[in-house]
Amino acid sequence: MSTILDPAAGRAVLQQNRAGRGERFLRGLRTPGGGVFVLLVVLLVAIVIQNPSFGEPESFIRFIGRTAPIAIAAIGQYFVIVSGEFDLSMGSVVTMQVIVAGNLIGDDDSKVIPVLVLMFVLGAVIGLINGLVTTLLRVPSFIVTLGMMLALLGLVLFWTGGAAQGNPADSFRQIGRGGIEDVPVLEIIPYPVIILAAVAVLAFWLMRRPYGRTLLAVGDNDVAAALTGARVWWVRTRAFMLSSLAATVSGILLVGYAGVHPSVGRGYEFTAITAVVLGGVVLGGGRGWVLSAAAGAFALEALFTLLNFMGVASTWRNTVQGVIIIVAVAAAAQSWQRKRRGGSAAAHSEQQRITAAPEPAEGTDKGGN
Amino acid sequence: MTRKRLSTAVALTAAASLLAMSACTTDPSVTEDTGSPAASAPAETTEAAQEWFSQALYDEQFEQRTADFQGDEKQPWLQYIAGDMSDTSDFASTGAKKVCFANASISNPWRQTGWITMNQQLKVLQDKGVISEMETRDAQDDSNTQIADIDYFISEGKCDAFVISPNATAALTPAVERACETGKPVVVFDRGVETDCATTFIHPIGGFAWGIDSANFLTSKLQSGDKVVALRILPGVDVLEQRWAAAEKIFKEKGIEATDYFTGADPTEIKKIISDELAKGDVQGIWMDAGDGAVAAIEAFEDAGKDLPVMTGEDELSFLRKWKDTGIDAIAPVYSNFQWRTPLLAVEKIFAGEEIPAEWVLPQKPIPAEELDDWLKRNEGMPDGHYAKFGGEDLPGYPEVWQKRQIP
Amino acid sequence: MTTTSSAPRAKQTAQAGGFFARLSSTQIVYLVALLVLIAGSILVATTGRNFFSPGNISAILTGTSVLGFIAIGQTLVILVGSLDLSVSYVTSLASLIGAGVMANQSGNVPAAVALALGISAVIGLMNGLIVAGLKVHGFIATLGMGLIISGYLATNYKGSFGQAPLSFRLIGATGLGPVPISTLEMLACAALVLLMLHRTRIGHHIYAVGGNRDVARMSGVRVPGAVIAAHVICSVLAGMAGLLLASRLGVGSPTVGTQGGYDLLSIAAVVLGGTLLAGGKGSVVGTLGGVLIFAMLDNIMSVLQINPFMKDVVRGVVIVVAVAVYARRTIVTRPPRFGHGGHQQEIQP
Repeated sequence: MSTILDPAAGRAVLQQNRAGRGERFLRGLRTPGGGVFVLLVVLLVAIVIQNPSFGEPESFIRFIGRTAPIAIAAIGQYFVIVSGEFDLSMGSVVTMQVIVAGNLIGDDDSKVIPVLVLMFVLGAVIGLINGLVTTLLRVPSFIVTLGMMLALLGLVLFWTGGAAQGNPADSFRQIGRGGIEDVPVLEIIPYPVIILAAVAVLAFWLMRRPYGRTLLAVGDNDVAAALTGARVWWVRTRAFMLSSLAATVSGILLVGYAGVHPSVGRGYEFTAITAVVLGGVVLGGGRGWVLSAAAGAFALEALFTLLNFMGVASTWRNTVQGVIIIVAVAAAAQSWQRKRRGGSAAAHSEQQRITAAPEPAEGTDKGGN
Repeated sequence: MTRKRLSTAVALTAAASLLAMSACTTDPSVTEDTGSPAASAPAETTEAAQEWFSQALYDEQFEQRTADFQGDEKQPWLQYIAGDMSDTSDFASTGAKKVCFANASISNPWRQTGWITMNQQLKVLQDKGVISEMETRDAQDDSNTQIADIDYFISEGKCDAFVISPNATAALTPAVERACETGKPVVVFDRGVETDCATTFIHPIGGFAWGIDSANFLTSKLQSGDKVVALRILPGVDVLEQRWAAAEKIFKEKGIEATDYFTGADPTEIKKIISDELAKGDVQGIWMDAGDGAVAAIEAFEDAGKDLPVMTGEDELSFLRKWKDTGIDAIAPVYSNFQWRTPLLAVEKIFAGEEIPAEWVLPQKPIPAEELDDWLKRNEGMPDGHYAKFGGEDLPGYPEVWQKRQIP
Repeated sequence: MTTTSSAPRAKQTAQAGGFFARLSSTQIVYLVALLVLIAGSILVATTGRNFFSPGNISAILTGTSVLGFIAIGQTLVILVGSLDLSVSYVTSLASLIGAGVMANQSGNVPAAVALALGISAVIGLMNGLIVAGLKVHGFIATLGMGLIISGYLATNYKGSFGQAPLSFRLIGATGLGPVPISTLEMLACAALVLLMLHRTRIGHHIYAVGGNRDVARMSGVRVPGAVIAAHVICSVLAGMAGLLLASRLGVGSPTVGTQGGYDLLSIAAVVLGGTLLAGGKGSVVGTLGGVLIFAMLDNIMSVLQINPFMKDVVRGVVIVVAVAVYARRTIVTRPPRFGHGGHQQEIQP
């Protein structure tokens, strides 16, 4: 807070607000939340160089379609992380939903809608449990969701005897597998792309609403947020519900994309968290932009695709992935670090609220400038 | 300062192990000879790709594919290739016996299906008064846990016989030897161990035979220069590595270009991998080291609008059904799931004093296109994760128990 | 257990708890352990077995050794405000290096132990440098490091490798009565770490940095030093776990660490032991209690032949319920989570 009174910082703020649109855009790209878009573009260019056919509209839109489930999961995980928590149960929720769809719908088209409703209810209830145990019982979310991850997967496997009955009706699988056909230029717009767009818009809108602002405030400093009258427990609990609901949507798409299998969704929690962090969102809460989280998911998928195209030996993939994650996050951390000089963390977030600019690449929601 | 602590810790470790050597309750069976040359052999070869390939095993399993099997063809789980027999007359005794089963895990559909079959077989033998109870400890894929499980059985289990499905070959060898030293019968099945102390070791022909069957099928349908994508579950598991070792050799010999990937049996990964391979260029063949997830591979071709490949999967029903639906050119190699019945039947024979094969090699026949309809019909109503050659049609509870996958 | 979990409002705190509230979290951990022990002995007795027979005690204690080594190290890393998700890969790597260098020769044991622990220390050093120097969150830094090692393992080791000689294998197979030597070694390590935490400067620094990084820095604590030290010791202890596994298995294995799921399990054991996930507060003694609870739980479930899928359900529920028992006792104005610096105030009874 003290830096607000610091004339040097004040001048910097003014300077920043005076900067032109183009300059602000460039500055936005230098933040972790913006940097991920640069990383994504670099990766996509590298893929197209490796394999020019990837640049064709049809293959590109299919790439977006297949990344949709993990991007949606990353958006859900974003809400939890930005509020200062973790959701490790995401992968198990995806697996559960996939198997619920496989076992309850079966070949019966008329069951599609009721089971869909059931799946969303299940997702919301799991999020509610995660949230309430974390906030009211004060168990660290890492532990709550770790317990949920074990318990949920165990229950599902116990219920199904380890393997699902089979794939559900094709009408249900179309959600994740089909698309609007005969579209000019693109040939096909996969439904997952449309669903991803809807989720992204919804998330973007939500983060601009009072709820989103409160969520960021809670993640940044929940004591302060509580003093201003925010119901911290309910704000966080809703974040967990959003996360589980996002996992539910991912699960629905994956039933179509991959089919029903108990290993669908395995490791999704770590992929989603990695994507969110790659998108410049800070673990511990309070900072980060929701669309950067989705971009992080795209960057991660682009990386895997690039490795596939480059023919990197299958055993070395994990290593390459590990190196890139560390380097990217380290670079982002250095960038936060630079921004921080001259002001404490708390003053910093205050400062950026003053410098608020509508430019998406450096919107207030990402909490940094 | 940290360093100093560490060196103290190391010193203490050394001191403790000295103490260990001088006195105490050392397990008598931990002896110098357990470090058999076989166990240390892989240590010398550092070239990764060569480690799993053994020409001797390859040749042996190549022959066994066409060998004569003793016994009734209707009961393949009791068939075996003639060879050394174990004399069990010392074990002959009457009364119901307690069996202790150290299971590696039931973490995949193949093991789950077998586990269900085994429990139904158990019911039959309990009704006959051969087995009083079977105590099972499941190691959840952890060798260290399974070693502890076996030691627990030895000290606490009051077992009359041990059945062990090892999690890993070399790691479980000392523990199996400890079980042998109790003087009770020991039945090992599925993955082996590096000792022949067990009364019998039950297994289908093996990974090389799988690799030979599947790769020969692909190479017979493809031409030199064609591309095969190999989808493998995970590295480091011997039964799986041997499948690939054999297939890779055959692909190389026939000039087939093969690229391998690890998928963790996750259909999402499989579909992405195939999509990317199809974006790179045409793929003529798919080879899999296990069939679950095969459907995603075929769907990747469908979604990309490409010609369906020649393919090898497994006798898992999801693959067989997709094979039937699409009419692709395929074969289903089999790692005989009915072997889960054999251990308990072996225990019955042991206590009856009947001689049994020291190495009980069960038949392992792939399902070719002409048998597809028959196997699908025999397994109607079973879930996708069921295995066609589960061999439990004559057991109580058929078919509901398998249909509902009731896992005890 | 029920006394607190059924207590109504979150507001109910130390003052209201009476006897229960006066207990430290470590004492509660051992109270929970005692409850598990009592429940276990009854349940095991219903199957006609004896929970306290030498064979069973030996089985439980064996179960504590490997996880114990790793959880002790994890305690340090969590105390300093970081995390280590790479431990299971370090464990596998150490088992391979150990068994590989030994190659069934007793004379090679010292060199093998030194090399395995040395390489583990280097990995810990890199973790520490990435976390403290590059300011990458421990979660991501060690997740990435785990991936890097896993790629190396998959490329260079296909299946088990090496051979531990008899002298070394005895460590994993010998006991003083029902108490395995490996457990004693683990306890010795715990004692050393305990000494370090409470009697040395680096130990105080670890607590200080985990409690409040900014305050620690301003008080003249070299923050990177404490973080790096914690990560190095954690990796070395994971390496010791790997050597113990090599001794029990007789060979090294590239999957033995991941098979045990030691990364998440060790974190759970640490938190179960009363250590604050945000760092700065907690104890190694508590962690040992957490490890003991897990070991007894596994033992009981195995004796009762519980379906392996249900075992995971029980584990998940127990982790959450047990932590909930004392998580509500202390008012931590900043919820237990990760983050640098901050606004933590604690009202302690």
